[in-house]
Amino acid sequence: MKIIEVDNLVKVYGKGKRALKAVDGVNFSVEEGEIFGFLGPNGAGKTTTINILCTLLLPTSGRALVAGHDVVRQQAAVRKSIGLVFQDPTVDEQLTAEENLLFHAILYNIEPASKRRARMETVLKMVELYERRKDTLKTFSGGMKRRLEIARGLMHYPRVLFLDEPTLGLDPQTRHHIWSYILELRERENITIFLTTHYMDEAEFADRIAIIDHGKIIALDTPDALKSMVARDVITVHTADDERMAEIVREQFGLDVRRNPDGRGFSFKVDGGAEFIPKFVEQSPVHVLSISLRRPTLDDVFLELTGRQIRDEEVTDKDRMRQRARMPVRGHIAR
Amino acid sequence: METPIAVKETGMGDITHSLRSIGIIWYREILRALRNRAMIVSSLGMPIIFLFIFGEGLSPSMGNLTRFMGGGADVNFIQYIFPGVIGMNVIMASIMSGVSVVWDREFGFLKEVLVAPVPRVAVVLGKVLGGATVGMLQGVMMLIFAPLLGVRLSVGMVLELIPVLFLLSLSLTSLGVAIAARMRSLESFQMIMQFILFPMIFLSGAMFPMRDLPAWMDFLVHINPVTYAVDPLRQIVLRAQNIPEQMLAMLPQFGLGVEVFGHAMTIQDDLMIITIFGALMVVLAMWLFSIRD
Ligand SMILES: Nc1ncnc2c1ncn2[C@@H]1O[C@H](COP(=O)(O)OP(=O)(O)OP(=O)(O)O)[C@@H](O)[C@H]1O
Ligand SMILES: [Mg+2]
Repeated sequence: MKIIEVDNLVKVYGKGKRALKAVDGVNFSVEEGEIFGFLGPNGAGKTTTINILCTLLLPTSGRALVAGHDVVRQQAAVRKSIGLVFQDPTVDEQLTAEENLLFHAILYNIEPASKRRARMETVLKMVELYERRKDTLKTFSGGMKRRLEIARGLMHYPRVLFLDEPTLGLDPQTRHHIWSYILELRERENITIFLTTHYMDEAEFADRIAIIDHGKIIALDTPDALKSMVARDVITVHTADDERMAEIVREQFGLDVRRNPDGRGFSFKVDGGAEFIPKFVEQSPVHVLSISLRRPTLDDVFLELTGRQIRDEEVTDKDRMRQRARMPVRGHIAR
Repeated sequence: METPIAVKETGMGDITHSLRSIGIIWYREILRALRNRAMIVSSLGMPIIFLFIFGEGLSPSMGNLTRFMGGGADVNFIQYIFPGVIGMNVIMASIMSGVSVVWDREFGFLKEVLVAPVPRVAVVLGKVLGGATVGMLQGVMMLIFAPLLGVRLSVGMVLELIPVLFLLSLSLTSLGVAIAARMRSLESFQMIMQFILFPMIFLSGAMFPMRDLPAWMDFLVHINPVTYAVDPLRQIVLRAQNIPEQMLAMLPQFGLGVEVFGHAMTIQDDLMIITIFGALMVVLAMWLFSIRD
């Protein structure tokens, strides 16, 4: 069953000269139980799409159904069926973990109180914050707040969980942690997960990925299919006589060869690199000192499609601000 | 752009859900106010300055505000300014509570509320009732200064003040929410303070008698809703001060009461105006709040 259906969705911010098409005719659908990823650089339109799907923004044109309900005409029904973890934190730092969850549970009509308490305990234990439930969030680290938001998004048994950059700005250990919850979730609650990210390695966890750039989906498939579609395996060889060997590869296999910048060895791209290596070693007239294979990454796919890099590890100023926003705020914030 | 057509939802289950949601939003406002010690302390600072420095300092030169009667039956400056300062404190607390929607937006929490399956009407009501409760408590807190200033308190007066303070606070919190509903930045906040809050307080008769004013100022005073909020507070407080009936009837002539087209406003008149203003503001806030971009 299709749980999300998006049909020619367009969102234009502003009017006249300053109009900006943030989402430009997007089409896709997500199957129930799937982990579906949106991968794209800053400003690609990922958050805008999520905001439309969760009824916070009106589309300029086009249609979207979530759990069979129209996001424009059936807001209430859509809201009941989704859970959200926004890109920027949305917890109340003055309240305790438990109070934040209680607030959520009442707004989502989880009744009676006994059911509410039981569910709270389950989700808090799942993200390992049960011991800290009585503490105000001011004393939580960024990663802890993020985990609480995930727990909160799950409280009301949503059919779809939207995660907008769930691990942005977190350290690798916490990222790993959060991913293990997400994968566990699918096992346990058969939830559909819609996530956005610009970490390549994270996108690999998704069943299917839409690569989005300037508001348009430029590719949509499983991670493996995407990688085999455009980029080939990269093989790097170092031999006793690189000069001669490079020449042989160029002539016998008809491949583009690049000398390594450090002068030791050279590399080339082939299809089915794993099968190519034994053949290569067998036929090589010179002694092979080392050989390595790098599978194409989604970054290579993006590069191939757009001529640009998503910039995996490089953190932009905006991201850095967000990271800071997740740090505990010391002292008091005026109301 | 397509206009959203809300899904009609009826049935008792939805009504109890809405009421519970209003309750929890109200509860959060109370919790936040109680946890914010710094705010509680600073909300006492301003009135202390006004009452003990401004009030006591000006008393000798202001003397009796009602010239003739003499013999301790007159209204002195402290008796005059005390209800004004209560009003000021409530107004500041209420508008701040209302405008705190901007903080919720800035710190992201508002999104959590806006994507929940709860009608916007309930969200606004919870916020407004929470702010009104906090505002009312801030007003009641002021009463602890009365004995120090020689202002007489009576049980009847306190019981009369509480609902008036609540109503006053409710209408001004709604004004705050209406202002904040479409406000996107914290910078706009400073502007609200300068162009709305302070003029409203100073043009209400809270701080100095509204006597012999230039016509333009007199006009502003009369269209200022806060005027009709401070007036009943003052009438209630002055009634408890051993002031003869005839004197109380003459207060508007000394700029200590409000007259509209020659009619001296009674507490009921004032409350009616405040109620209508409050109702309009609640509706406005609800409407501004349900607009989606
Ligand atoms: N409220 C708004 N008003 C005007 N323009 C906006 C608004 N929100 C987003 N935009 C613009 O729309 C484009 C898409 O923004 P969006 O936040 O959807 O990107 P994103 O893919 O989520 O990026 P990021 O990785 O930085 O989160 C950007 O160019 C952004 O500047
Ligand atoms: Mg985003």
